[in-house]
Amino acid sequence: MLSREVIISVTFGYLILLFAIAWYTERRGSPLKKLANHPWVYALSLAVYCTAWTFYGSVGRAAENGLDFLAIYVGPCLVAPLWWLMMRKIIRISKAMNISSIADFISSRYGKSANLGALVTIFCLFGILPYISVQIKGISNSLDIMQLIETPLATGRFSVFSDSGFYIALGLALFTILFGTRTIEATARHEGLVIAVVFESIVKLFAFLAIGIFVSFFLFDGLTDIFAQAKAADLSHLFVLSEENGVSDWFWMGLLSMMAVMFLPRQFQMGIIENTSEKHLDTAMWLFPLYLVLINVFVLPIALSGLMIFQNQPVLADTFVLAIPLKFGQEGLAVLGYLGGFAAATSMIIVSTISLSTMVSNNLLMPILVANGNFSKRFQSNLPSILIWGRRIAILAIILLSYSYFRILDTGSSLVSTGLLSFVAIAQLSPSIIGGIFWKKASKSGAIVGLILGMGIWGYTLILPTFVNIGLMPKEILADGLFGYSWLRPNSLLGMEGISIVSHALFFSLFANIFCFVAISFFAKQSSKELNQAVLFVDIFKYDQKLDTNIFWKGQAQFSALQGLLNTFLGEEKSIKSLSDFKLNYQKPFQNGGMADPEFVSFAQRILSGVIGAASAKILVASVVKEEEISMDEVLNILKETQGIKTLNLELKSKTKALKKASEKLSEVNEALKLNDMLKDEFISTVTHEMKTPITSIRAFSEILQDENLNETEKRRFLQIIIDETGRMTRLIDQVLDLERFDSGRQTLNWEKTNLKNLIVESTESMEKVFLEKSLDFQIDCRFDSLYLLVDQDRIKQVLLNLLSNASKFAKSSVQLIAVEQDQMLSIAVADDGVGIPEEDLPYLFEKFFQAKNQTQKKPIGTGLGLAICKKIMEYHSGTIHVSTEPGKTIFQICIPLQQEALTLHHLRP
Amino acid sequence: MNKILLVDDEPNILLSLEFVFKKEGYQVLIARDGEEAMALVRDELPDLIILDIMMPKVDGYEVCAFVKDNFLKTKVVFLSAKSKEKDLQKGLALGADRYLTKPFSTKEIVAEVKKLIN
Repeated sequence: MLSREVIISVTFGYLILLFAIAWYTERRGSPLKKLANHPWVYALSLAVYCTAWTFYGSVGRAAENGLDFLAIYVGPCLVAPLWWLMMRKIIRISKAMNISSIADFISSRYGKSANLGALVTIFCLFGILPYISVQIKGISNSLDIMQLIETPLATGRFSVFSDSGFYIALGLALFTILFGTRTIEATARHEGLVIAVVFESIVKLFAFLAIGIFVSFFLFDGLTDIFAQAKAADLSHLFVLSEENGVSDWFWMGLLSMMAVMFLPRQFQMGIIENTSEKHLDTAMWLFPLYLVLINVFVLPIALSGLMIFQNQPVLADTFVLAIPLKFGQEGLAVLGYLGGFAAATSMIIVSTISLSTMVSNNLLMPILVANGNFSKRFQSNLPSILIWGRRIAILAIILLSYSYFRILDTGSSLVSTGLLSFVAIAQLSPSIIGGIFWKKASKSGAIVGLILGMGIWGYTLILPTFVNIGLMPKEILADGLFGYSWLRPNSLLGMEGISIVSHALFFSLFANIFCFVAISFFAKQSSKELNQAVLFVDIFKYDQKLDTNIFWKGQAQFSALQGLLNTFLGEEKSIKSLSDFKLNYQKPFQNGGMADPEFVSFAQRILSGVIGAASAKILVASVVKEEEISMDEVLNILKETQGIKTLNLELKSKTKALKKASEKLSEVNEALKLNDMLKDEFISTVTHEMKTPITSIRAFSEILQDENLNETEKRRFLQIIIDETGRMTRLIDQVLDLERFDSGRQTLNWEKTNLKNLIVESTESMEKVFLEKSLDFQIDCRFDSLYLLVDQDRIKQVLLNLLSNASKFAKSSVQLIAVEQDQMLSIAVADDGVGIPEEDLPYLFEKFFQAKNQTQKKPIGTGLGLAICKKIMEYHSGTIHVSTEPGKTIFQICIPLQQEALTLHHLRP
Repeated sequence: MNKILLVDDEPNILLSLEFVFKKEGYQVLIARDGEEAMALVRDELPDLIILDIMMPKVDGYEVCAFVKDNFLKTKVVFLSAKSKEKDLQKGLALGADRYLTKPFSTKEIVAEVKKLIN
């Protein structure tokens, strides 16, 4: 007979064994520690998924609903191969970012948001506390069964201190505190814990298999026998899949369990945080499903046997696992079974509690403390111990709360239904996680709203009914819906019926969650921090190596301050180690004249995240750093860098083109200037050449005069020549200078209102003598009377004289001057009847130094500049000079505009 | 007595040269352009020609070529204001015996002529 004392001793003995295993593992140089890195250990640690629900609840469910108990195992088996994609990415991210919990993961992804982290923590608490309490219930019930006490509803006076369950709970809390909070680094390995959990996984599997084998092969003649007998006992509906079994329910359960196996806090803790190598996933992918298969193999047989054995007795199907061996006097087996169930429950409690307490300390407590600047500054050195003790207190509180929940609010709820309730709660995290690691645009606001809405619907559809059941809320809500709206009935929202309560809840909560999450993320604007994290998370495999170089951050950080933070939270030794790690990986100095290198800042922040959570780390580092707000634009600019360079290239090309054009123009102008230069040179050489002629005569005759004995006539003659030639030279120089002034625009004319008729007469008067000498007939034909124009008298005279003089040289017999007003101009033409000018010379007539070749024998006294100067003078008067010629008649014509405005347009440059 | 032909389109220069060479006892002929010069060369066969280059109708280069092709005994002396190196080279390349530049020294020009025709 199993007495109370025996059971209690066995229980505590087992607990001590657990402690021992964990402690032994933690010892330095323990072989068990090395074992913790074995892939099988990893896979078996995932088996924490199987709780008292698996041990007891499955049988209970199978006895009622047949095969659908398998639904929550199908999911993990199906999704295990996909782990290589998703789990691997999550593990990679978590290691890189020093993630300490699922709340930390979500908080970090969405811009290291403290709010989101706190929200997730609270939801997890709501979701998991009931589940923990149900485990405690399971333990308590199994205790009672072993002591052959009927499962009681709380009757009579009850003292918590006489309840062994209470002490077990305390013991578990102690174990968790001891082996779960040894170091402040939440991301550190808890090898003792892991080994203990694995031990428990083995125990529960072993126990269940043992009982299963006993039932199948000792009480019956094998599995076929059981099924045959069950069929005979009209129980075939339990193992035959008929259309009645809601396919949709299987679908939803499957979906639910897929999410649960990854995102339940205990699964996240074991599967991701405690993971030591991604390679372990390869083993887990098949080993874990195998475990699930093995542990479920005998569920149905046990259920069927139980039903058949206890046909008419009020034995709860949940308890078949223990009741059957007990009935057949197999006390040892029963104890084994009891321990198996105990192991199942305690592993869940321990791991979940650690996970939840880390969340509470890092994502709930720490951000609050750290956000208060004054507090964090004053107590900064105390923060580490506050952190650890926060965790420890949280552990105790969680376990005690769960215990109270079980004791006070015990609603008789089944293991299965509470379990599913927790699953659905955790399922609300999956959109933000899965969306977060694959979709860069997933935003914080979307996550928050989706989460709140999902949890709200979860509460409404699953928690509310339980409150109704225990009388906290009126029944009418269930029957008639909120405020009487039938479409708001908690169990059939929008009138949906025909699926189980859980499926219904899952559908609506997930739908609302995902919808809001996606829709809001589409339109939301992400902060630069969010975008930064999004890029890092989604592209983790790209950025893996030099994580801290890919941070969009700018600011100034005092290195000593950062080092101080690291010392505070890691302790000096580890802080130094982390500094050398940084140096090794980045090969950069971490400071530059007292200022920390930006990569180091990010590195330090990451390290701190592992201790106090991403959000708190961000806040703390920000407090010692003068972070310059990097605007969204800057981040986008950095991201668009390549595109920017492309456009830059295009701009460069067009600018180069423009530059080329300008350069071409420049060389054109240069050529023009060169030409001008050349012409100037030519002019100068011509002038000097011309000057040599008079000088030659002057010199020659000077020498002659000097040496020879000359008679007076000769002397006079030669002297005269010298004087003449001197005059010639002077004239040449004057003309050259004159022309030069015209050319450079520096010429000033004397503008006077002049009587043109008088001017013409004056000019011709001085020529009369010449014409007479040459016996030339000279005619003046002035066809106007009085005309006043604004001209430079002397210059116009100069032109007329020049023309007349030329005419006199070339005329044969007569010269004429005709002045007439025509076409808005005053035209004065000088004509002679000389041989004319050759066709080919016409274009060059007004050029400098041009002297017609075929002239008379006598060399002209002119310099060749006369006509050129005339042209300039006419240009300055806005007039023109023309020549027309034919043998026997040559006409030079000048025109002055009658309109005075035209005169103001002088100073024409060549 | 030696005959010198003076060719220049500047009357005063001709005058001065004529005076100087007559004083030295040479027989002096005058041409005012290249055409005249060539005719005189043919007709009079001077011993030496003093030749300007820039002249109307026919320039000095042509005359020089004409003379050197046909009258090997006649000496040609260029007398020109064109004083650049390349001008000198061109003149000498055409076969001229001397190339003198304007303005000239009367003493010098007499000396050079004496060297060429005693």
